Amino acid sequence: MACGTPHDMFSANPLWHNGPIPGGFYNFPGSKTAPLYSGAQRFHTPVTTGTSVLAIKCDGGVVIAADILGSYGSLARFRDLHRVHKINENTVLGVSGDYADFQHLQQIIEQKVISEQCLDDGFALKPRSLLCWLTRHLYYRRSRYDPLWTNFIVGGIQDGQPFLGTVDKLGTAYEDDHIATGYGAYIALPVMRDELAKAKQSGQPISKEDACKVLERCMTVLFFRDARSFPKYEMITLTEEGYEHHGTKTVKANWEIAHMVKGY
Amino acid sequence: MTAVVPDIAKPGFSFENCRRNAFLAQKGYAVPKATKTGTTIVGIIYKDGVILGADTRATEDTIVSDKNCSKIHYLSDNIYCCGAGTAADTEMTTQMISSQLQLHRLNTGRVVPVITANRLLKHMLFRYQGYIGAALVLGGVDSTGPHLYCIYPHGSSDKLPFTTMGSGSLAAMAVFETRWKPDMDEEEGKKLVRDAIAAGIFNDLGSGSNVDVCVIRKNNVDYIRPFDVANVKGQKQGSYVFDKGTTAVLSTRSIPVDIEDISITPIEPESMDTSS
Amino acid sequence: MSSVVDPFNKFSYMESGSQRQHFSPYADNGGSVVAIAGEDYAIIAADTRLSSGFSIYTREQSKLFQLSEKTILGCSGCWCDTLTLTRVLDARMQMYYHEHQKLMETPAVAQMLSTMLYYKRFFPYYVSNILAGLDGEGKGCVYSYDPIGHCEKSYFRAGGSAGALLQPLLDNQIGFHNMEKVTVAPVPVEKALAILKDGFISAAERDIYTGDSILIKIITKDGIKDESFQLRKD
Repeated sequence: MACGTPHDMFSANPLWHNGPIPGGFYNFPGSKTAPLYSGAQRFHTPVTTGTSVLAIKCDGGVVIAADILGSYGSLARFRDLHRVHKINENTVLGVSGDYADFQHLQQIIEQKVISEQCLDDGFALKPRSLLCWLTRHLYYRRSRYDPLWTNFIVGGIQDGQPFLGTVDKLGTAYEDDHIATGYGAYIALPVMRDELAKAKQSGQPISKEDACKVLERCMTVLFFRDARSFPKYEMITLTEEGYEHHGTKTVKANWEIAHMVKGY
Repeated sequence: MTAVVPDIAKPGFSFENCRRNAFLAQKGYAVPKATKTGTTIVGIIYKDGVILGADTRATEDTIVSDKNCSKIHYLSDNIYCCGAGTAADTEMTTQMISSQLQLHRLNTGRVVPVITANRLLKHMLFRYQGYIGAALVLGGVDSTGPHLYCIYPHGSSDKLPFTTMGSGSLAAMAVFETRWKPDMDEEEGKKLVRDAIAAGIFNDLGSGSNVDVCVIRKNNVDYIRPFDVANVKGQKQGSYVFDKGTTAVLSTRSIPVDIEDISITPIEPESMDTSS
Repeated sequence: MSSVVDPFNKFSYMESGSQRQHFSPYADNGGSVVAIAGEDYAIIAADTRLSSGFSIYTREQSKLFQLSEKTILGCSGCWCDTLTLTRVLDARMQMYYHEHQKLMETPAVAQMLSTMLYYKRFFPYYVSNILAGLDGEGKGCVYSYDPIGHCEKSYFRAGGSAGALLQPLLDNQIGFHNMEKVTVAPVPVEKALAILKDGFISAAERDIYTGDSILIKIITKDGIKDESFQLRKD
C-alpha cells in the first residue's frame, strides 16, 4: 500500500495531519507530477514512435510495408523515418514502437551481420535466427523491468521458404502468414485475413503483385483511421528473385464522400 | 403519517447506494459485473434507405453469456437502433426513448423524424455523463429521407453515411472504408453489412455468433434475424444422457395426504361470448 | 468507460502521477489444454488460438511441446513465459541426456518442471502447465501444475482459460465422480478422444479465448500420433 491508500474508519490514522498512514509513502509537497509508483518504477515510456507495420507471405517470398512517420507524442515530428530495413540478402526487419530502442538494437544487429560476414563461411543470419535472438533479448529486458518498447516483424527467406514472424516488447513471439502491429492489428489484419483466405480457397498462393495491392489498400485504410499514421509509406518485397524496394509510395485518398458528412 | 402512506419513488435513477458501494469496493469487495456486449454494430445508407447490422454475442468478461442476443432495437416503425456497451443500458435506453417517440407520434399525429430520436437519446445520455454505457448506431427513414447517426455514451453524436461501433468497430470500418460507395443497391448493401459484421465476428473476440440485419426503407422494414449464420456449432460425437438413478438419493421421506372427502363437479364446456 | 470518481481521494498527495504508459511484464494470451491418460496411452490436446485482449494474434499456434518420445508438455497463459520455459526445459533435457546417456522418464521430467517453476517463485512463469506421457512401465500419466510449481499427478486434467469449463466434464465422463450405478472402468482411447473433442466444442462456445482448432497428440508405446480438429473461429 503506497501513498494512494485512503483513510476510512477501519484504517490506521495518518502519522500527522494530512500525512501518510503507517506503511504508506508521503510525496512532498504532494504535487500532481509525482508518480504513483515512485519507489519501484524503472522502465521508461516511448518517446519517438512509429505506428503499424504490415506484412504478408506471398508466392515465394514476403511483402512488408510501413509508413515513414516518427511521432513525438501527438506531434508528427520526423517525416522521413525508415521503419523497414534490409538486414541481409534474405532478411528484412520492420519496427513499430519506440525508435530509440530500435536504433539501439539496430547497432547490435548490424554488428552481428558484419561479424558473420567476416567469417566468410558462406552462412548468413537467417530470419528465424534473428527472430529468436530478438525474442530472447526482449524477454531479458522485460524480465529486468526495463523493456525495449518495440514491436518487430521479421520477414525473409528461410531455407527457400517464405518466413514471417513477430515479437513484442514482452518477448511474445509467433509466426503466421500475415502479421500486423499496432493499430494495423485491428484495422488492417481483418482485410489481410480475408484476402489470404480468398487466395487459399483458390488453391494458389497469393502472387507478389496481389500481395502488394492488398497492403496498399491496408495502408490507405490505416491512413484514414489511425491518427498517428502518414500518407507516405515504404514497401519492400523479398522473394526468391531477391530484394526489391518499391520506393516511397503515397496513399491515394478519395475525399469525394467528405461532403456527405453533414450535421450531427 | 408517512408510515401509513408508502413513499412513491422519485422518477429517475436512485443513487442512494453509490457511496456505500464505493466504500465496499475500497475494502476489496468486488462490485458485481454487468453484462457487456463487446460488440460489432454497423449501419450504412444505401439507395433506398438504411441498413443496420449487428452480431449476436453478449459477454461477461471472457465468458459468452448469450450466444444469440438481439442488438438491433425497435424505436418506432421507421426507426431502429443498434446498441453496444452495457447490455442493460442499451436495452433500457432504447425502450425509454421508444415510448417517448410513441407519445410524440400520438401528440403530433405524424411520423417521427429520425433527428428527434437522436436528440432524445443524446440528451438522455449527456445527462448521465457517460455512466449510462450505451454506444448506439441509430438509423431510420422519414419524410426527409434516410438518416444514420452514431451516438456515444457521453452524449455526442455524428451523422454519417456509414458508421460502426463497439469493440469490433475497427475491423468493420476497414471493410466499409475499402468498399462503401454512395447509392448502393439493396443486395450490395446487405452483402457489405454482412461482411463488415463478419469482420468483427472473426477478428474481434468480443463479437461472435450470427449476423442480424435490419433494412429500413421508405415504407417498410425488413428485420432479418439471423441474416447469416457465420459460425456453425461443432457436431458432438458422444452421448451425454444419464440412466435413471445416476443421481444418489441421500434420504427419502414420504408425507401421506389424508383424503377427508371426495366430491365430483362436472364442468360443461362454455362457448366464448362474442355477442358484443 | 471512464473510471468511477473515488470519494475518499481528497488529498492532493494521493493523486496519481502524470500520464504514463503502464508496464506489466505479464500478458494473458489464453488457450486451453486437456490431457487424459489411460492404461497404455496418454492424450494431450490444446487449442491453437493465441490471443491478447480482444484480438487474435494467430489462429495456428501449437501449444504442445514434445520433450521426448514419451513426454509432451502443454502450456497456456503468458506466451513469452511459455517460450522461455520450454526453451530452458529443452536445454535441461539435453543436459540430462548427455550426463546419463538415457532419455529422461516422464516422472523425472515432472519433478524437474516443478523445481524449475518454483525456482522462479517470486517472479513466476505465468504459465499453466500440463504434462502428459508414459511412465517407466508404459502406463499413461498426467501431471498438472500451478504457475509456481505445485505438482499433482492424475489421470485427466484440463487447464488454461477454459479449464474451469472443461474439468467438470472430465470429472464426470472419465472420473465418473458422484454417480450411482456406473461401472468405473478405464476409458478406451477412442472414447477419450471423443470426450476431449466434445469438450473443446463446448468450451469454444463459451470461452472467447478458446477456438479456431485443436491439436491432439496421442502417445503410445508405438510413438506419437498427431491429429487436428477444427473449432469455431469467432
